[in-house]
Amino acid sequence: MALVSIRNVNKVYDGNVHAVKNVDLEIRDKEFMVFVGPSGCGKTTTLRMVAGLESITSGDILIGDTVVNQLPPMDRDIAMVFQNYALYPHMSVFHNMAFGLKMRKFDKAEIDKRVRDAAAILGIEDLLARKPRQLSGGQRQRVALGRAIVRHPQVFLFDEPLSNLDAKLRVQMRVELKKLHERLGTTAIYVTHDQVEAMTLGDRVVVMKDGVVQQVGEPLELYNTPANRFVAGFIGSPAMNFAEVTLSASGGKVWAEAPGLKIGLPEPVARRVGSRNGTKATVGVRPEDLHVAGPADPAELCFDVEVEVIEQLGSEIVLDTRAASNAFVASVEPTLRVRMHDRLRLAINPNRLHLFDAATEAAI
Amino acid sequence: MIEGAAWRRWVFYNIPLILFVFILLFPFYWMIITTFRPDGELYRPWNAANYQPFWTNNPTLDHILYLFEETSFERWMVNTMVIAAVSTVISLFCGVFAGYALARLNFPYAGGLGTAIFVTYLVPQTLLFIPLAEIIRSFRLGDTPWSLILTYPTFLIPFCTWLMMGYFKAIPKELEECARIDGASRFKAMIYIILPVAVPGIMSAGIFAFTLSWNEFIYALVFLSSPEQKTVPVGVTSELIRGDVFFWGPLMAGALLGSIPVAIVYSFFVEHYVSGLTGSVKG
Repeated sequence: MALVSIRNVNKVYDGNVHAVKNVDLEIRDKEFMVFVGPSGCGKTTTLRMVAGLESITSGDILIGDTVVNQLPPMDRDIAMVFQNYALYPHMSVFHNMAFGLKMRKFDKAEIDKRVRDAAAILGIEDLLARKPRQLSGGQRQRVALGRAIVRHPQVFLFDEPLSNLDAKLRVQMRVELKKLHERLGTTAIYVTHDQVEAMTLGDRVVVMKDGVVQQVGEPLELYNTPANRFVAGFIGSPAMNFAEVTLSASGGKVWAEAPGLKIGLPEPVARRVGSRNGTKATVGVRPEDLHVAGPADPAELCFDVEVEVIEQLGSEIVLDTRAASNAFVASVEPTLRVRMHDRLRLAINPNRLHLFDAATEAAI
Repeated sequence: MIEGAAWRRWVFYNIPLILFVFILLFPFYWMIITTFRPDGELYRPWNAANYQPFWTNNPTLDHILYLFEETSFERWMVNTMVIAAVSTVISLFCGVFAGYALARLNFPYAGGLGTAIFVTYLVPQTLLFIPLAEIIRSFRLGDTPWSLILTYPTFLIPFCTWLMMGYFKAIPKELEECARIDGASRFKAMIYIILPVAVPGIMSAGIFAFTLSWNEFIYALVFLSSPEQKTVPVGVTSELIRGDVFFWGPLMAGALLGSIPVAIVYSFFVEHYVSGLTGSVKG
């Protein structure tokens, strides 16, 4: 158990590709930290630097109180689960799991006990004699996990461990991972490009883009108060709707205008706009924060749309709609009767409106 | 698979296959039939009444006996075996480590060095034997097995290195990274994880190297002179072709017996050999 500090770390490949830029993070003891971002955002590189598989161009990485910059992977007391599992194909499941302990010269009885304990936790006791090629994807995944947990390391590192599994198994393993972390309480760093995994697994989530940390926070914090337009768009499914608007003040209100759209900004947002009057900005609203307008909805938060596509999901209906040049996705109650090309009036939940600076993309 | 009418199967599959097999196997058949054919039949003119080139009714072991009684054929076999085995082991040892280094260690100019090593393999032996002969003479190794054991690796090591480099590149990097996180040093990860996984590749390289040195002719012809030191290919051709007289029977018997060990090595390792060529490592 240990905290991991990443202090002002940079990674530059071949002198010109700046893959990780000034990343500064503190991963707390027993925390499950998820790095999420699109491919090429530097999340895996950061993880590999923690593992010692990639050198650090500048900055420091600490595990516990030790600076590990120069330590080889074997001396960092970490365990890693790889996307393709990386099981040793010529060894049985037992020996795959025992390999790390053997390398560290544990005695035979202790190895046997630890492997059997881990196998029991993961429900793979009866697979111990098999070779990796005789296992299904889910079983291989468990063996890879088992190989990590037998070592009782200070930190677990996961590099997209679920992305090779089919959708159903992925959900199931996600739950198991969460339980496993609860049970073992080991500090974990988990890399994924799947924001659902990030939201469900992480105690805290780091969103990265182009090598830069965009925001660090608990899942709901990212969801409710995204720091910028990228985080707002990346977290949440279906993704947040954006519309480029021009801000203007008239009649004691601040208005956000776009073709086919004129919204009076709610009071708290309007106050934050301050001197940006007359400038461009981006309005963001999540699909679930849109609903079909009723009599109680104030007119300045409503706008007209045409329904283009209807996706019936059972628990909700996802509407792809259009207001002039702006597309809006709205998820509405499943009881709504609506047909394609119908015209609808949508209303925005006033407390859930996001506004982003057009130039910096930072939240206003 | 060929689909459609039966004639299509014959024209595009069966007949070409039969032709191909026939062309490949005919020299072996000729070698075998000549080995067991008595001299009287071998030197019978083509227009004789009882001329019968593809079969013999009087098989004989005379040629094989001649080989063992009148020449040093057993010595040649032993020489060839020892030289091929030792130079294969040396080349494999160097080739495996060099291939690993080129594929994995990411040192500066690794790619260029890999290509350079391959280029040395392309330099024809018919040119290289001249400077090599000079070196062999300087070290006073002429007419000893060492002259071949030490020169064969000059073409076997580039070959093994190149083959192993390709094989190591096909092994997922994560296997090794995982081993290193598990507590193995780079060297231990190679010994315990990468080499066992690469066994099919190592075997293919070994078989190829063994066959290449078994069949090698020019160096053996140039560096060895006394009949006792010769290898099978050189011994058979130099002792059984005298001037313009070809002793076809013993020549073919020597060729037949000389190709048997290689055939055994192939068939013994064929399973590994095939998977080595296709190079599949699945996790």
